[in-house]
Amino acid sequence: MSAVSRVAGRMRYQAVVALVVLTAVALFGRMIYLTVTERAFLKQQGDARSLRLETLQAHRGVIVDRNGEPLAVSTPVMSVWFDPSRRRLSSVEMVRLGRALSIDADDLARRQSRAGKREFLYIDRRVSPAQAARVEALGIDGVHFEREYRRYYPAGETAAHVVGVTNIDDEGQEGAELAFDDTLDGEDGRKLVLKDRRGNPIKDVEYLSAARFGADVRLSIDQRLQFFAYRELKAAIEHNGARSGSLVLLDARNGEILALANQPSFNPNDPTSFRPESMRNRAITDTYEPGSTVKPLTVLAALESGRFSARSVIDTAPGYMHIGRKLIQDPLNRGALTLAEVLAKSSQVGIARMALAMERRAVVDAFARAGFGVIPACGLPGEVTGQLPDNELDKDIVRAALAYGYGLSVTPLQLAASYLTLANGGVRLAPSILPRAQGPSGERVFAEADVRAVVKMLEGVVTLDGTAPKARVPGYRIAGKTGTARKVGASGYDDARHVAFFAGLGPVAEPRIVMVVVVNEPVGVASGGGEVAAPIFSRVMARALRVLNVEPEATT
Amino acid sequence: MTNYDFVRSLPTGQGLRGRRLTRIHLDPLLLAVLLAIMGFGLVVLYSALDRNVSVFTGQVLRLLAALTVLVVAAQLDPRIYLRWSPFVYVAGIVLLVLVLVMGDTAKGAKRWLDLPGLPRFQPSEIMKISVPLAVAWYLNDRALPPSLKDLMVSLAIIGVPTGLIAIQPDLGTSILIAGAGLAVVALSGVYWRWIAVAVVAAMAAAPLLWMNMRDYQKERVLTLFDAERDPLGSGWNIIQSTTAIGSGGVFGKGLFQGTQSHLDFLPESQTDFIIAVVAEELGLVGVVFLLLLYLVVLARALYMATEARHTFGRLVVGALALTFFVYVFVNIAMVSGLLPVVGVPLPLVSYGGTAAITLMASFGIMMSIHTHRGW
Repeated sequence: MSAVSRVAGRMRYQAVVALVVLTAVALFGRMIYLTVTERAFLKQQGDARSLRLETLQAHRGVIVDRNGEPLAVSTPVMSVWFDPSRRRLSSVEMVRLGRALSIDADDLARRQSRAGKREFLYIDRRVSPAQAARVEALGIDGVHFEREYRRYYPAGETAAHVVGVTNIDDEGQEGAELAFDDTLDGEDGRKLVLKDRRGNPIKDVEYLSAARFGADVRLSIDQRLQFFAYRELKAAIEHNGARSGSLVLLDARNGEILALANQPSFNPNDPTSFRPESMRNRAITDTYEPGSTVKPLTVLAALESGRFSARSVIDTAPGYMHIGRKLIQDPLNRGALTLAEVLAKSSQVGIARMALAMERRAVVDAFARAGFGVIPACGLPGEVTGQLPDNELDKDIVRAALAYGYGLSVTPLQLAASYLTLANGGVRLAPSILPRAQGPSGERVFAEADVRAVVKMLEGVVTLDGTAPKARVPGYRIAGKTGTARKVGASGYDDARHVAFFAGLGPVAEPRIVMVVVVNEPVGVASGGGEVAAPIFSRVMARALRVLNVEPEATT
Repeated sequence: MTNYDFVRSLPTGQGLRGRRLTRIHLDPLLLAVLLAIMGFGLVVLYSALDRNVSVFTGQVLRLLAALTVLVVAAQLDPRIYLRWSPFVYVAGIVLLVLVLVMGDTAKGAKRWLDLPGLPRFQPSEIMKISVPLAVAWYLNDRALPPSLKDLMVSLAIIGVPTGLIAIQPDLGTSILIAGAGLAVVALSGVYWRWIAVAVVAAMAAAPLLWMNMRDYQKERVLTLFDAERDPLGSGWNIIQSTTAIGSGGVFGKGLFQGTQSHLDFLPESQTDFIIAVVAEELGLVGVVFLLLLYLVVLARALYMATEARHTFGRLVVGALALTFFVYVFVNIAMVSGLLPVVGVPLPLVSYGGTAAITLMASFGIMMSIHTHRGW
């Protein structure tokens, strides 16, 4: 080896060592940069990939009737989703998913193509656990499952308006579901979960908050009565070709709503049946001119006025009268009638005469005390006040019309509440959709003796001499009043369209049930309150008294 | 010349064992550090394999085979290497041509040769050792520093296999092989001005190289400068690996605790990207420890190069040592985002047998040259 080459060799050697040191420093530097300087950022990046906040679904509370029968329960279902930004489904996979879930694969393809940069797309929501298992068996990469709860309503359409519905996100939308949403709604828990790249959960890292399940709600409804009331109402609405109808059944002792039914109704388990006109809880949201059903309150006002007594006699001859240009008439000239007979025959002339003999505000005051014109506050959403006129009371025709139930509007529930006051001897109770913990504290709004006298008169309505013999209930004394109110058409009151009412209570001696039946626009020759509404009242009342074990009494 | 008694100057005990090992042509210090790297690597690999015992056992067996190759290679007299270098080189070239003609295509590249009676192998693997040996053989009895003609011949010896491998295409391996050959040339003492000319020429040729690169290769280079340009495509690997490294911090998350590597976020976590597993689970400390082991290997090998008493030995040992370090550097630089992604495993740690066998063969040759100094 020459001297030159040895020197050159040594220089080369030093250069090599220098190069090695330089590269080693670069590597150390880079590693320190990543693990020390950039650590926080990169660690957070890593966690962002692998740590996911997961929701612990808290299921919603159960709604039960007064006896604990379930009206709304939550059952577990699965939702199937994927992340289109991470992995797109092939057409073969979509066809297989479509077959497993009975969904349209083309629709899924369309939704995927529209998904853009979204990271979450439902393939199908609320499928049964069995369907979810079928999808899982397909083993398609990137398809995930989310446990949800679906609301199921065992009572179906019979209690649909009372119980209401939730939306797909389990939030109350109607009825008790909406009214008691805060109670029913659980609070979802949250946990931190470690997930792999495919999104499979590996382990729970930390529970941030436990799921708080929703509390149950017990309604005052008696499912047995609700079912029967609904069935009778529906049959009658169909039989009479009516547009709609409502039935309100109250516990006379405390105002609890035992049944509340409407027609048309909807199936809360089938969202395709959700139409606004069938979802409306007409018993509390729709107002009607109550017609003759308010006459007992007019008589009550008359007794209070001191100008009439239970023995007063009113001359209704010649069966008609003029107030201004307006003609008021009875079907025939009945001559002199007692107050009881005025109610039993539902004489317009008799009531008008009484109204005109009283103070200007006497009748409207009695109506207000009976609860007209204010929200009943039973606890269900959507209640309305109705209309109680406050002006033009100095016009005779306005006062006379008000006395026989025109010129004001009430909901079926308000009407029932006013009969509840009669059943309680003049003590006003608010109707309630929740069972009352303790005995109700009502407010006395009418003198007991006057109320007892009117209720006794109302017994005459359901006799063969009255307007509603069909409202009778064998074995029980019943008091009630028919109503047949013509509806307002394009030009004044329409002779063809009317609403048939029956409002009543029983048994008279110690009332247990207050009920109002409203049939809107029945058709046929005999379609007044006594023909259409009274039979429903009779059948439901008979069943209710039997179900509630009310002892039959001697009928007079 | 330099101190021959380096081994004997080690502390007692070590020295005794050393002498016995030296007699069977092994270098005790180098062997010890190589075993340490393999041991460390096996621990990390066991974690990266998600504690899959059967795969792990396979790797242990491969490393044992590689060790056997080292021991055998160390027994051969360096003169055998010198004599056979040109023939092995020519045979290698023939095999490379065969690969292009009848090789198996995998992932769009022809790299594997399936000859009857032989296990499937990559001829380019042979060239990793054969090229520096051939260049050293050529320069062995020439005047040094090499003349321009000798330099040109040397470059031709390097250029032919480099080109053949580059068109497979296997750019990573071809660059490594060119590097191994050029290391020999550099160590032979070429004039600085020629090196300067070569560097300038290389820079001038860079655009030409760029134009001839395949799209995926260009993509890898561009990714180096901006990994976010395609975070789910070519940028994915590098974003995941730097994330894994950084989230380990100084002390790491602990063995088996790495989320990025165990939850499938880190690609190739058992092979090319295993250093990211080291960083995530054992932290900067683990990486530095492993790097230091590699540097000890390099230092010992370079020392052995200076100890060689003939040009061939000096050039071969020095070049193979540098090649080894280039592997380490390229791999770690690639995983940590300093270099484009090329398929270079981390020596003795990444899962796989072929690379380990080649490396251990080269260390066997180095030990052979070092322990046969009588020649």
